[in-house]
Amino acid sequence: MFRSKASSLSTVIPLMFGQSNLACKFFHPVIASHGLCCHRSVIYKQRYRMHQLSAGRRTINTGTKVMAEGELPSVLILDIGGTHGVLEDLAALLKKHFHLITMKEFLGNKEEMRKKIQSIFVFECRPTIDRELLESLPNLKVIANSGVGVDHLDLKMISSFGVKVTNTPHAVADPTADIGMALMLASARRLVEGCHIALSPDTKYFAVDWLGVEVTRATLGIIGMGSIGYKVAQRARAFNMRILYHNRNRRRKEDEEAVGAHYCAKMEDLLQQSDFVMLVVNLTPETHKLIGKKELGLMKPTATLINISRGAVIDQDALVEALQNKVIRAAALDVTYPEPLPRDHPLLNLSNVIITPHIGTATVQAIRMMAEEAIANMLAALNDQPIPSEVFPK
Amino acid sequence: MESQELPYVLVDCIGGRLGVYEDHLGFLKKRFHLITMKEYLENKTLLSKKIRAIYVWYHKPAINEELLQSLPNLKVVASAGVGIDHLDLKLLSSYGVKVSNTPFVVSTDTADMGMALMLASSRRLVEGHEMAVSPDTEYFPVDWLGVEVSGATLGIVGMGKIGYKVAERAKAFEMKILYHNRNQRKKEEESAVGAIYCKKIDDLLQQSDFVLLAATLTPQTHKMIGKRELELMKPTATLINISRGLIVDQDALVEALQNKVIKAAALDVTYPEPLPRDHPLLKLKNVIITPHIGSATKKTRWVMMEEMAESIEAGLAGLPIPREVLP
Repeated sequence: MFRSKASSLSTVIPLMFGQSNLACKFFHPVIASHGLCCHRSVIYKQRYRMHQLSAGRRTINTGTKVMAEGELPSVLILDIGGTHGVLEDLAALLKKHFHLITMKEFLGNKEEMRKKIQSIFVFECRPTIDRELLESLPNLKVIANSGVGVDHLDLKMISSFGVKVTNTPHAVADPTADIGMALMLASARRLVEGCHIALSPDTKYFAVDWLGVEVTRATLGIIGMGSIGYKVAQRARAFNMRILYHNRNRRRKEDEEAVGAHYCAKMEDLLQQSDFVMLVVNLTPETHKLIGKKELGLMKPTATLINISRGAVIDQDALVEALQNKVIRAAALDVTYPEPLPRDHPLLNLSNVIITPHIGTATVQAIRMMAEEAIANMLAALNDQPIPSEVFPK
Repeated sequence: MESQELPYVLVDCIGGRLGVYEDHLGFLKKRFHLITMKEYLENKTLLSKKIRAIYVWYHKPAINEELLQSLPNLKVVASAGVGIDHLDLKLLSSYGVKVSNTPFVVSTDTADMGMALMLASSRRLVEGHEMAVSPDTEYFPVDWLGVEVSGATLGIVGMGKIGYKVAERAKAFEMKILYHNRNQRKKEEESAVGAIYCKKIDDLLQQSDFVLLAATLTPQTHKMIGKRELELMKPTATLINISRGLIVDQDALVEALQNKVIKAAALDVTYPEPLPRDHPLLKLKNVIITPHIGSATKKTRWVMMEEMAESIEAGLAGLPIPREVLP
């Protein structure tokens, strides 16, 4: 990794060393040609900027170019701060390029505001985009989502209004792959349980027969080998894991060989052979309840299911049953349906389940990078330039 | 071995939460006549001359001079795990007793544990789980953030087998790796993991986002990380300990965590284990503690047992002892 003070749009630089080329090529943020949703062959550029809070991380260049003389384009957001609003730091970033209008301001002055709004920044799935909102915003050009999953957006409906949708696939990949690894290791080694024992007022000694399972040299089955899945494979390889994967399409041979991944055309083969099954797919009608009773039954009784995709990819009732009856060993879930689960949900009480509150991209660095990626998307859309990460309805 | 009796090996106890594993007994009893400490104490006169080896399973039984004096035919002490700081090597040597450990088999599990702790701490996994399952949780707050491991700087203090395996794993997370060690590693080894040698530990401490301790406990490394070292660390840094509790000055650590001199700590080892239940480390929000489970997997413990049995057999046969630890 190298770092430099970013100042202006300058030479295009290649991908970071070691990354897969499948999803990424080179691009200049303003003069890009766009990619297609399905293959994520998005062209992008990464620049490296010293960030005083972070370890010196990658950032997406938003360019210092401001739209035009005069007014900044207006972007609708839910709120700034508060329980679900855009974080203050991110609002400051957005304000460099846009005039922000909160939902409250919009509803309080619809007539004046509605024609101004050209873009909506969707943060943590809010504001909700429904037909009524779209009908009231005649000049809306783009909805920029913070995050990669867009299952909360009705792409067909939005498209029927001539509005583009964008997401942030690049910002999410590393931190989400990290959380996948974190959950796998924590579950295998019973980290949460262990911590409770270490801290419990009742603990008098540490039992010697208290064991977890190995991660090194175990078999990891990755379901969904997109950018995030591939980064998981890169990490898992360093643990000498045997890597199987199942994907809509097979990856190129070079990509497979680079991480030592074996393609399983049939998901059943992956399920039967894996010690750890990790879900890294998009949520689509095809992947809804992809993992149900049958699939759980195919898994080894010593296997662990890890979900860093979307809760609805798993049939949750079937999962509860499988865990209670020891059909599988354990589960580690960053995502559930809904989030949070109802407080009386059985998943909350199983000792062989770790649940985290959807924190796949909850890092200081990622949150900022997602905003920057969304800003780049919005600027491109509003400038009628090709959009770095546009998402199309199927 | 029909004509001869199986060699008598002393163990602390069998089964229960602390003893030799029940499912290891089949293997061990084919080779040894196991005597528990309780049986030995009840029948010292008969047994003391018969015992030729001690199988030390997780630091028990404790071996002191009194015990050594009463076991005239003791030849080998096989210890589980890699750390031997619980054994007085000089004392054992003075009685002509050889010692073995199990250094290789534990390295991958312990390295995995180091990575697990680093990831769990940086992403606030334990806290997050608590929130996800708490009866009081109504929604997940959006301003709840951790920090990234990918691309951060990891400083490994002690780059032996375990430290090196940590480096191999960290490399895949595109971490920048610094290391401090008694001796610099070979160039090829450094390049393979992209590790940069810091002759002065200060350099490592000042630049690292994560400081991981993987050193052996010796008189030189005792309280190696104290107030001074903690202050050299970044205020945003995390200390991870998978070596021995005594390498850290625990009181200094408590103070550093309370005063936000460093951001967080993740400890698989403390001194003592467990900590007293009123110890301040148990109450700090930015601390993860695990109950010394670095090598706690079924497979690894089985291999450890096999290796210990092998070392005992070799020692009793007068052959070179695999994994012998010299004083």
